[in-house]
Amino acid sequence: MPRIRRELYNKEICACSIFGAMNRDGERFTGKGVMLAIANMHVRGNGLGGGFAAYGIYPEYKDYYAFHLMFTGNSPEAKRSAKVGFDAFLCENFDVVSDEEIPHSDEAVVSDPPLIWRYFVLPRKQGEEALLSDEDYIVKMVMRVNTEIENAHVFSSGKNMGCFKGVGYPEDIGEYFMLDKLYSAYTWTVHGRFPTNTQAWWGGAHPFSLLDTTVVHNGEISSYGTNRWYLEMYGYACTLQTDTEVIAYAADLLMRRQKIPIEIVAKILAPPIWNSIDRMDEKEKKLLTTLRMVYGSLLMNGPFAIIIGQTGKMIGLTDRIRLRPITAATRGEMFYLSSEEASIRLISPKLDSVRTPNGGEPVVCELNNIRTVLE
Amino acid sequence: MIEIDAGPLKTRELNDQLRDMMLAGIQKVVIRNVCGQRYIGTRLYSPDHRKMEIEIFGTPGNDLAAFLYGHRITVHGNAQDGVGNTMDQGEVVVEGRAGDVLGFSMRGGRIFVRDNCGYRTALHMKEYEDKLPVLVIGGTSQDFLGEYMAGGIVILLDLYGKGHKGNFMGTGMHGGAIYLRGVVEKEQVGSQVEISPLDKLDREILDRYVSEFVERFPDLCLSKEEILKDEFVKLAPKSKRPYSKIYAY
Amino acid sequence: MKSFVFPEFEITRDEEKCGQCRGCERQCSFGTHTYDPLTDRLISDDYKCAGCQRCVIFCPKDAIVVRPTQSFYRPNASWSREKMDDLKKQAETGGVILTGCGNDKPFRIYWDHIVLNASQVTNPSIDPLREPMELRTFLGAKPDLMDISTTNGDVEIKTEISPNLMVETPILFSAMSYGAISYNAFRSLATAARQSGTFFNTGEGGLPKEMRQEFGKCAIVQVASGRFGIDAEYLNCASAVEIKVGQGAKPGIGGHLPGEKVSLEVAATRMIPVGTDAISPAPHHDIYSIEDLSMLITALKEATNYEKPISVKIAAVHNFAAIGSGIVRAGADIIAIDGLRGGTGAAPKVIRDNVGIPIELAISALDRRLKNEGIRNRCSIIAAGGIRCSADVIKAIALGADAVYIGSAALIAMGCTLCQKCYTGKCNWGICTQDPRLSGRLNVDIASQRLTNLIHAWSHEISEMLGGMGINALESLRGNRDHLRGVGLYEWEMDVLGIKGAGE
Repeated sequence: MPRIRRELYNKEICACSIFGAMNRDGERFTGKGVMLAIANMHVRGNGLGGGFAAYGIYPEYKDYYAFHLMFTGNSPEAKRSAKVGFDAFLCENFDVVSDEEIPHSDEAVVSDPPLIWRYFVLPRKQGEEALLSDEDYIVKMVMRVNTEIENAHVFSSGKNMGCFKGVGYPEDIGEYFMLDKLYSAYTWTVHGRFPTNTQAWWGGAHPFSLLDTTVVHNGEISSYGTNRWYLEMYGYACTLQTDTEVIAYAADLLMRRQKIPIEIVAKILAPPIWNSIDRMDEKEKKLLTTLRMVYGSLLMNGPFAIIIGQTGKMIGLTDRIRLRPITAATRGEMFYLSSEEASIRLISPKLDSVRTPNGGEPVVCELNNIRTVLE
Repeated sequence: MIEIDAGPLKTRELNDQLRDMMLAGIQKVVIRNVCGQRYIGTRLYSPDHRKMEIEIFGTPGNDLAAFLYGHRITVHGNAQDGVGNTMDQGEVVVEGRAGDVLGFSMRGGRIFVRDNCGYRTALHMKEYEDKLPVLVIGGTSQDFLGEYMAGGIVILLDLYGKGHKGNFMGTGMHGGAIYLRGVVEKEQVGSQVEISPLDKLDREILDRYVSEFVERFPDLCLSKEEILKDEFVKLAPKSKRPYSKIYAY
Repeated sequence: MKSFVFPEFEITRDEEKCGQCRGCERQCSFGTHTYDPLTDRLISDDYKCAGCQRCVIFCPKDAIVVRPTQSFYRPNASWSREKMDDLKKQAETGGVILTGCGNDKPFRIYWDHIVLNASQVTNPSIDPLREPMELRTFLGAKPDLMDISTTNGDVEIKTEISPNLMVETPILFSAMSYGAISYNAFRSLATAARQSGTFFNTGEGGLPKEMRQEFGKCAIVQVASGRFGIDAEYLNCASAVEIKVGQGAKPGIGGHLPGEKVSLEVAATRMIPVGTDAISPAPHHDIYSIEDLSMLITALKEATNYEKPISVKIAAVHNFAAIGSGIVRAGADIIAIDGLRGGTGAAPKVIRDNVGIPIELAISALDRRLKNEGIRNRCSIIAAGGIRCSADVIKAIALGADAVYIGSAALIAMGCTLCQKCYTGKCNWGICTQDPRLSGRLNVDIASQRLTNLIHAWSHEISEMLGGMGINALESLRGNRDHLRGVGLYEWEMDVLGIKGAGE
């Protein structure tokens, strides 16, 4: 049997620190504070990956999908040629209103950065594609780019938000993209990575995203093979060799396409154990039994703590027996999630409340007035 | 008394300083601006059993007092995960909350936490002869309290009226005792655990350690008598040999 | 319930030779032999026999033969007798089948498909009896490069070298805890390690206080999920600390020392009450992720003032090379990796026989992975699980290990016959028992001498093989797969091992 036919996917194992900060009034702030906070958890990472998701950073282009692209290759020419290939694809399928190389600082300590570019686009659907919603169209195109165009990788594709990530400590990645100077967001999520291998692959850093959903993750998903197989049936191509990817796609499938509220989604990703379900009243028991029967393949098994970002929303969730830590805290209109409390205290010494939510219990923070960012 | 400003210090630098101070014979240290530095107290083993008193202002990092060998640590604030990991002797007082795996595999000494604590508190705590670990929590704990517990005493006072909501208490428990002020449902505890009312000896144990707790937190203005007059339950293992019957011959 | 299981062994006694001395009756802790005064004969109960051969060897008249029973079920390639008997035992008890020692199933033993090189003509072979032959090995992290400054001819090393263990021969005794094995067996290992310039490993049962001063310098102390017997003094008296994450015989599961084995002395060493089950949870509950391992490694370095190398022992499982890389990055100085055939005092048979991968493949994959990532210098690799002779040792080193742990081999040197009944605590050879009547049979002076002899003999054989290859320092063989060739292996297997086929 040729080897290619065996299931030889690679899964990276990594663990990490995660941090999130949101202003519920929608007031925007720079990335300076979250860079300090994640740097305080330096020892949880190993310098092989860091990344940020920022919401509300492109108000002037808020009606356009913001694509962040990585063009990789062994030489500047290879990177440029990847871009040429992608640009041709883009012009065929999208109207591009603006594009530029994402500014970066050459002083930051990062290794082998790819060419990183952003595009603000609108879908140009043709033929049968007109039947697709804009969002389904974007998902389809992102999957196509990531599987078909060599050395081009879409790592951010939502409106009025963006991911910034790469190989290095997160504070260095922040410095590279000058997040403390150039961008203001009402929500920031951050990730410091401790992978167990070193392929310096910028796309492997967190956050993972699709449309405006981003995920930063701490832990290892032991159900990855099952989750991946299930999501691939729904057209999600897992190309990033990282288990976190499946969470982003699961969130997209459940929350955007199936419109399931987060409280229920949490019960799919991190369901209560059968012993607890058996003790529930009939109605709840039926709901949870059915959820497990239908979505058993999306149960994220093994340790995880995640922060999911979406437009106007930040959600923290841990696995059902909380094998990974998360601390939630508030101060005025500020809402924080972190692997460690000390990082929150560093940027906000005084807090109104601090708690560690139960395993499988989502902590959801929404803008007081979602319109502040949508209109 | 000596003060350290931990603000600019990394974990190892802070612990270097503490060790040097111990070796220099200093007995009392105050550390200010602690923010996430780990393993405070861990590097303080000395063959001649020196003892220090350490006061911490700020938020100490994980594994505070891990392998602690007889020192006394007070935290004016919250503590994170892993307080008292495999602690042997000494005392930790947390004027706030504590994170997950508090008192993991602890075999001696005392930990007093003013507020609540996270998952897997007192996991595999053990005792041996005169070494009897004691953990008193002012509030309550999240799931898996006393998992695999093999010895020692854990007391949850629920002073803030939240009730004990944790599940899977004492799963695999085969030694020691957990005392809870208030009530607990049978479904919340592991199958190896017996829920029983307190006897006279239990009352004496409670009396002693609740007194100590009250003394540690004068600001709370607690009355031991008020606390003790309420209902308590005791969780204790049904057997010291929970897994003796799972094998074929 | 009447048991439907056959006896495993049958015992025949030559009545002509038997002198009715009742030695066999005294030797057998399982109660197999009894004396019948009415007939003045010894009677044997086949059902009780563990097949450990103690009575055979100690019968002064050589009157006893113990062999596998000749009774059989109808031969069936799918339903072997073992499968049927295990199933019957479970039908009769509803329990998990326990066993001891390492995996005895016919998985391919790669050692036996690898041949070594020797010098002919182009490069002289070396005679170790006359020429220097160096087996000394340092275990621990090494810096990538050295920073040296020279002032007025005075050379100063500016690079700080992490603490390392120095062994005179690349063979260490694997972790076997006091509790799992007897005090005499434990002390024999310690004594032999000291005599041989190597190390023994305490396992997770602590180190008796009276041994700390005497044997701390040749001890690697273990920190396992049960955290038994651990205090700052235990950590600081040793030469290295090993975090036991997994074991080849039972990857992914914990263990427990049954209360019967927790005698007064075992209890004192583990610091738990007498007679309680000593439960080792499956994971370390302070390690749920790689950054947690990093935290425990650092905590142990803190607890030992950065004076000792920290080892992390894992079982060889599917993703172990990536995990190994993470372990190095988490700050471990040594990775001990234990393969599919590693031994144990007790493990569920279904785990022992079905989980993990062979050590030969694991060594090579880990060594290559760490080299590809440029971090091989940052740790040493100790290979364990199925090392049976000096040739296995030298092949392990050529595949990329720095040294090996031997467990079963050391026990066999002391008398063990791999009867797999360790979990009963009734070891007739005095090794895996806490019964003073049985453990007294193992004389520390003799057992430690047998172990010392073994290390001496293997070291000599290693020198011979090295010399044959034209190598006089062991480090020149480490990861030197050019000196290995495969015979009778599939292409993918040679790919994983990183070796050529014989004649290539």
